[in-house]
Amino acid sequence: MWWETFMLALRAIRRNALRSGLTVLGIVIGVAAVITMVTLGGGATAKVTKDIGKLGSNMLQVRPGQGFHGPGGARASAEPFEVADAEALAREIADLEAVAPAASRSMQVIRGNENRSTTVTGTTDGFVLVRDWDLSAGRIFNPGELRSGRAVCVIGATVREALFGGLDPVGETVRLDRISFKIIGVLAAKGLTSFGTDQDDLVLVPLRTFQRRIAGNTDVQRIYVSARDGVATDRVKIEIEHLMRQRRRIAPGAEDDFFVRDMQEIVSTLTATTRVLTTLLGAVAAVSLLVGGIGIMNIMLVSVTERTREIGTRMAIGAMERDVMRQFLVESVVLAGLGGICGIILGLAAAAVGARLMGVPFVFNPGIVCLAVAFSAAVGIVFGYFPARQAARLDPIEALRHE
Amino acid sequence: MNPGAARGSEPETLIQLTGVSKIYGTGQAAMHALRGVDLTVTKGEFVAVMGPSGSGKSTCMNIIGCLDTPTRGSYRFNDIEVGALSRDQRAILRRRCLGFVFQGFNLLNRTSALENVELPLIYRGVPMGQRSRQAAAALAAVGLSGWENHTPGELSGGQQQRVAIARAIVTTPDVLLADEPTGNLDSERSLEVMRLLTDFNQREGLTIVMVTHEPDMAAFASRQIHFKDGAIEAIRTG
Ligand SMILES: Nc1ncnc2c1ncn2[C@@H]1O[C@H](COP(=O)(O)OP(=O)(O)O)[C@@H](O)[C@H]1O
Ligand SMILES: [Mg+2]
Repeated sequence: MWWETFMLALRAIRRNALRSGLTVLGIVIGVAAVITMVTLGGGATAKVTKDIGKLGSNMLQVRPGQGFHGPGGARASAEPFEVADAEALAREIADLEAVAPAASRSMQVIRGNENRSTTVTGTTDGFVLVRDWDLSAGRIFNPGELRSGRAVCVIGATVREALFGGLDPVGETVRLDRISFKIIGVLAAKGLTSFGTDQDDLVLVPLRTFQRRIAGNTDVQRIYVSARDGVATDRVKIEIEHLMRQRRRIAPGAEDDFFVRDMQEIVSTLTATTRVLTTLLGAVAAVSLLVGGIGIMNIMLVSVTERTREIGTRMAIGAMERDVMRQFLVESVVLAGLGGICGIILGLAAAAVGARLMGVPFVFNPGIVCLAVAFSAAVGIVFGYFPARQAARLDPIEALRHE
Repeated sequence: MNPGAARGSEPETLIQLTGVSKIYGTGQAAMHALRGVDLTVTKGEFVAVMGPSGSGKSTCMNIIGCLDTPTRGSYRFNDIEVGALSRDQRAILRRRCLGFVFQGFNLLNRTSALENVELPLIYRGVPMGQRSRQAAAALAAVGLSGWENHTPGELSGGQQQRVAIARAIVTTPDVLLADEPTGNLDSERSLEVMRLLTDFNQREGLTIVMVTHEPDMAAFASRQIHFKDGAIEAIRTG
């Protein structure tokens, strides 16, 4: 009986293929959008998690200001660090693997006729340790170069590609501003971050060189710190905060004018973002399913009117109220379910293409697919109920007389 | 002539209307479609219901067919008081005991003849294999073997009405109710349909109640009931 009803529903839907297709478009689009976004979101999260693993979850950053989400004014007015701060961190906090003070500026890097806008970062040899970054050629700064502020640099893979193509750049010179820098090393390629920025688009110079010859001040914009393996970063974070409050002479009870960010924080920021996104998607899905449901209700009401005589005939032949009810309910559920399935296929296809374009893995989420099927079927039941009841309550004689 | 009588036993009463009235609407607008109809149909009879348009023939058929209930009076089908049954109970009674043939055929569009005939069997819960065998046999009985896969659109009016008859008899009902079954057919096709009905009546002992206003068609019946203004005006036998 269920099988017959199902086949009957399929036939009724096929009889009006175009109309049925247009009717379920709302559901198709809603489901497809949700499936696409959730799948891509899953892929992005997977990539970020992996990237953070690559970055080393034991890395911390110390910056002046009051955090990424704090008021911008506080950050702008907060005093920068000095090299001495980084030295103090290295000296006084136990269990640190490396410390790297850094200051950056966006500049043109020039070689002959080639030039490229990139980020120039003044830092120390600790930078590659903290960031766990290998060199593909050459070496990092030696203590002598750091101390005397020599015009040497280490370039990122993107800069190398842009200025040298396939050639070996080690030993060559590039210009930053009007100063010639000798290239002593090339960083191994790291690729894009999860947020789409190119990590390899940079030039490293010794911090002292940067301060004296490029920035013209002794500011340190941030300090990278990495804890030894197996050391809890939250404890290190507390120690750093304590030390920096002392060094910056912050009165007890006053707000920090710097912040320490560990990777855990990035993860939780990401989770919060994902949650907002999910809520938003939920709302979009709800609206589109509602619109789709109303479409289905409308079309089912039309269908009931068009098939009044058929309903009368079926009743004369012996269909009970519940038989008629079931027929139309199954039809609307099948209609909505087909819409859901189309939406899933479309959504997964779009997600596969999107994942490829965005360079994130395609993470199939069976949970959301099941949920989509369940939801579209539920839409079919909820919005099919009224038309089905309408049909079931028809008076057989009136229905038979209907033209 | 009457198989019940031929078996030498008392003719069994199948349909019994006693003082049946049907009133549509209330008060000033009340419309008396039937006024105290008494009618008994025994098993194996072929009854023709005649009368001018608006005389209450269809109303009477709807009551006999358990699609409607009398406002006053009693209708007993197989000794069951139909007026006391619920909507669903009447649906089950129709499913088990009644077959309908309509003036407008009322076949499902774009659905093969076989599937149309299978329809009442679906509601009876007959399993698929047996269903198509029974439906094919019913189509053969109305002379339509070979036409199983044709849809109503591909069949002539006469063929469509024969499919409808096959659909009505496939469940071997106690009675076949036909409201103007030849109303949409030319005289040639009408005669075909009538011969078919007569055949079922005489060979299978199928009880038939048929509405018609054509005397030629009524002549096939064993009894003719004439309606006028919602009441039986005359009954002719033979
Ligand atoms: N649902 C209804 N509501 C009001 N009046 C009706 C209804 N059905 C039938 N009638 C009236 O009852 C009378 C008998 O109708 P009907 O039984 O269809 O006649 P016949 O079939 O003999 O032409 C007619 O006058 C018709 O207008
Ligand atoms: Mg009539």
